[in-house]
Amino acid sequence: MHIMWFTERQYHYDPEVEPERSALLESQILRNRSFFGLPNSNFDAAQGSKLLNEYLDEKIYSEDLGFDGLMLNEHHGTPFCLGSVMDVEAAVLAKATKRAKIVLLGNPVPTVANALRLAEELAMIDLISKGRLVPGWVRGAGSEQLANNANPAYNREYFEEGVDFIIKAWTTPGPFRFEGKHFHFRFVNPWVLPMQKPHPPIWIPGLISPDTVVWCAKKRFPYIALATKLEPTVEMWNIYTAAAAREGYQAGPENFGYLQPVFVSDNQQRAEELGKRFLYGGAFAHFARPEWMFPPGYNSKEATRRLARLPVAANLPGKPIHEGGGNETDDELEEIRRGVYARYEESKRELQMIAGTPDYVIPRLRKVLEVLRPGIFSFWLDGPVGYKDRIKCLEMLSKDVMPAMREIGKELGLVDPFQRAPGSIALAAGRQPDSVAHAEALASQL
Amino acid sequence: MAAKDSVREESHTVGSNQLIVLKGGAGKPLLVLHEELGYPGWMKWNEALSERRTLVTPLYPGFGRTPLADWIMNIRDLASFIARFVREQNLAPIDAIGFSLGGWVAAEMAANEPGLFSKLVLVAPAGIRPPEGEIKDLFTVPALIYLRASVRDFASSPEFSALYDGGTSPEQYEAFEDARAETARLAWQPYMFNPSLPHLLEGTANNPTLLVWGRDDCIVPISASHAYQKSMKNARTLVLDGCGHRPEVEKSQQFIEQVRNFLG
Repeated sequence: MHIMWFTERQYHYDPEVEPERSALLESQILRNRSFFGLPNSNFDAAQGSKLLNEYLDEKIYSEDLGFDGLMLNEHHGTPFCLGSVMDVEAAVLAKATKRAKIVLLGNPVPTVANALRLAEELAMIDLISKGRLVPGWVRGAGSEQLANNANPAYNREYFEEGVDFIIKAWTTPGPFRFEGKHFHFRFVNPWVLPMQKPHPPIWIPGLISPDTVVWCAKKRFPYIALATKLEPTVEMWNIYTAAAAREGYQAGPENFGYLQPVFVSDNQQRAEELGKRFLYGGAFAHFARPEWMFPPGYNSKEATRRLARLPVAANLPGKPIHEGGGNETDDELEEIRRGVYARYEESKRELQMIAGTPDYVIPRLRKVLEVLRPGIFSFWLDGPVGYKDRIKCLEMLSKDVMPAMREIGKELGLVDPFQRAPGSIALAAGRQPDSVAHAEALASQL
Repeated sequence: MAAKDSVREESHTVGSNQLIVLKGGAGKPLLVLHEELGYPGWMKWNEALSERRTLVTPLYPGFGRTPLADWIMNIRDLASFIARFVREQNLAPIDAIGFSLGGWVAAEMAANEPGLFSKLVLVAPAGIRPPEGEIKDLFTVPALIYLRASVRDFASSPEFSALYDGGTSPEQYEAFEDARAETARLAWQPYMFNPSLPHLLEGTANNPTLLVWGRDDCIVPISASHAYQKSMKNARTLVLDGCGHRPEVEKSQQFIEQVRNFLG
């Protein structure tokens, strides 16, 4: 099993050191009902510099702690994530680390106007890291399309054509000309090519998008579910496995990865107090407002049909229109805040956040692994938690949790994509594939 | 019988694509080019003009009813497609009325082939960059907020609640999203204008044209009317006070009279 860890690199203030600034920033996010779109007059460059350096230090240190992979991502125009150009961070890690894979989940191809430039950046990172790059691709959140002026109505076309082009640029001897529907390059001949041949291994992160899952299965790319609930994640695994069978192979743990929010401390109460901060500002629910999450044409028609019939949500048909608010009284705001943190109990129950001592955390991680059987696993640490507590958590994960995870991985046969190439087990036409997920384990008691 | 009840849907083939067209009323045809949110429904002005005119309303490809045409990637493509329909139906020269994005479509058609039209009514058309102010962004707000912004005061516009059948059903949400997606394909960047349009209009479109604008238009600022006026030498501008982007709904009586007088 390939074990890595991830953080969004949130812009925050430690509530134990700067409680007023932390509370003020959270209030503004809550008033905005969205991290995306918060005016950047709230950004303090000194704080941004401090945090970016801490986040890089953590990643470099975590290689010494024994993590197999250092996972990064990218978002734009939001305090949710300071990594607005992830490849810059990846370049730093490429030079500053020696062993761990640098896993980029992923580069938002549709928002990058020049896919050739992206191919070159990634090739350089692979060379500097001496072949440790794992690139991944995403369509980018809806808000990313607005922030980068990338036409959302062509998002999936940009994505598929861009990915095909980048792989072609890496693998087809140049110079050649490329005339796609959206990308046009008259002289493709990047001098700097990746070290890994024919190209670096590609992993694809996703939420619940059957289209993306099927596309991954066709391409034999591992699919990494980003902290989605277990039951629908099992469905995605099944969709992938069925699509893989149509492609003539048996999917296995090497085709799947899972991102799991976790917080560990040596005291159960303290761990939960810190883990609860994952919900700061409304967390994913306030990533961006609906009108920014779903810009025109970003969703498939089927997804739009489902969205139109959601029982409750602002700015959807027949529902309240929210035009920014910001006029809430302190009491109203406190009510909103309470509502956000009240979700913790449900997160805890559904294993959407596993916070506790190692003795509490390990059996719950075992259940996740038993249900999903992923070959790739990433811890997810987030929220406004101070540097010392984050480091302590990483150290405890390394010393007290990861050894148990590796044993469980061996017991469950969770091979990763470096141990077995995804798509390498042939499946005869017409033969039913074995299920990778183990849905029966969902019912197991903790 | 009200003309509304006579509205029928026709399916035409234009090249390799289908085009759904609504027809209602009786008399000399009047081409109606709808706005960026889609076809808003049969309003008072439709009813009034259809007493003496057959209103011919093509529902653009990709806006929900007519299937998407993959090759149509900008407003000029759409304008050429509609022009082909007009030619092939032997409708030219035809009077036309275009609203917002539909006004832009009409202007592109006129710039490319002025002989298609007799008279033109352009109601707060997009298409030319306003010298002052910006065209309101449809893509960063929900459709219903954009719809509200299109009138000066939705609470005191009696017909507002009839637009898009109220606009709140799941089906209408899907229709809005189809329209917004196709508008994004056509006009994402530059947003809702074509830098070459004023130059092309200046050299070609001599059709008698009525430009209608609400003084308080929050969607296409009234400064754009000056740019249109400058490029179309046979145009005159009618500015309605106390009115936003929808003179046909906000000031329907005045609008109907003026348009009738102009079209004759």
